[in-house]
Amino acid sequence: MEVELTTPLTEEDLEQLHIGDSVFINGVIYTARDAAHKRLVALIEEDKELPFDIEGQIIYYVGPAPAKPGQIIGSAGPTTSGRMDVYSPALMAKGLKGMIGKGNRSPEVIEAMKSYKCVYFGATGGVGALLARAIEKVRIIAYEDLGTEAIRQLVVTNFPVIVINDIYGNDLYKEGVKKYQKKNRKY
Amino acid sequence: MRQIHYSEVIEVVAQLCQETNFSLPEDVLNSLRKARSEEKSPLGRIVLAQILENARIAAEEKVPICQDCGTAIVFLELGEELELTGGNLNLYAAIEEGVRRGYKEGYLRKSICHPFTRKNTGDNTPAMIYTDIVPGNKLKIIFCPKGGGSENMSAIKMLSPSEGIEGVKKFVIETVKSAGANPCPPIVVGVGIGGTFERVALLAKKALLRPFGSQNTDTELAALEDELLEEINYLGIGPAGLGGSTTALSVHIEMQPCHIASLPVAININCHAARHKEVTI
Repeated sequence: MEVELTTPLTEEDLEQLHIGDSVFINGVIYTARDAAHKRLVALIEEDKELPFDIEGQIIYYVGPAPAKPGQIIGSAGPTTSGRMDVYSPALMAKGLKGMIGKGNRSPEVIEAMKSYKCVYFGATGGVGALLARAIEKVRIIAYEDLGTEAIRQLVVTNFPVIVINDIYGNDLYKEGVKKYQKKNRKY
Repeated sequence: MRQIHYSEVIEVVAQLCQETNFSLPEDVLNSLRKARSEEKSPLGRIVLAQILENARIAAEEKVPICQDCGTAIVFLELGEELELTGGNLNLYAAIEEGVRRGYKEGYLRKSICHPFTRKNTGDNTPAMIYTDIVPGNKLKIIFCPKGGGSENMSAIKMLSPSEGIEGVKKFVIETVKSAGANPCPPIVVGVGIGGTFERVALLAKKALLRPFGSQNTDTELAALEDELLEEINYLGIGPAGLGGSTTALSVHIEMQPCHIASLPVAININCHAARHKEVTI
């Protein structure tokens, strides 16, 4: 199925999504990767306010390349999501509704996606020049000292992703492999 | 003795940093095109089409193929009849300066940091430099920007000699299987066998640089490369890990003798953006 979504996301938006769906995301999304996640979760642990309203929002795991003259952002494809696994449930508890990255999530994160209602979207890794074309606006909103790892507010148009984990506990990485693997191999 | 000025080395390295990050080698592109026409999964074909379209945009606009512009890995083949000149510099300092300039001038992402504080060095140095002294009066510079996502999925193991070739196969398949979608498949698998703990990792890294479609000159190893490629593609991981028939584009093995007590094996995984280029001066 093909779906167009505009952020912030509602629970109704997420209920219609199933693994393998092609989704085109529109509106504001936020970038954060390892270092920014560490700081965000430290704020939650200290019961302090986050630098942006996370309710219904999507976090994109990306550390973009620098913009060259004439660009607003350099190549901007996803980084490996697994490194954010230790932080993600705390952000879901605060209202995070979507994550964009690449690669497998831990069982704990998949379970948290079910209970907090949050979807994991996969963007194709290694196609950062193509994905940057879907980004219309960029503004650093927090942690500028982190450079590429600073939190950026992006405005995106038809940003292409695939649903990897839906709110029903399904996992496209597992199901996709099952469909195409050759059974009963020695290794 | 033939002389080369360090300024030439700096210039060549600065160019290589940019060219490798903007344009994929033709053998890699051909392999991706072949994969797109043969891939069984519809989603997999979409991913491969995105990868090819991305490569076209990057080359045309001179922007990085991937935001992860990699660790700067440099292999040198230094002719023993060559003299390098140019004041206070030395060869490694010239390489580092080339990396510094290339990553700055190319608007490439600097991804190197302190292991604990995570403070970025700011210029993508230090580069990882390996030198072979060879006959002749030339300097070959092979530049390979290596992404972190695929590097993280690499593995090394000191097998017991009794495990033999079966043990090697098992370890390779297990490593690729557990990497799953993380290293941006379709991947390239470099396998090092033999040597010592540190040498085997270098063999695996060097194996990644071999042209696609080339085979090890040893017929047994060439057959092993074919067998492993087939088995890896039976895993079903597919492009971007979404399921499919193309999990690896190529498997390259490099082997050398090892200690009677050991059977070292290293697996270095590269993403589909298998960037590298060499220049001889």
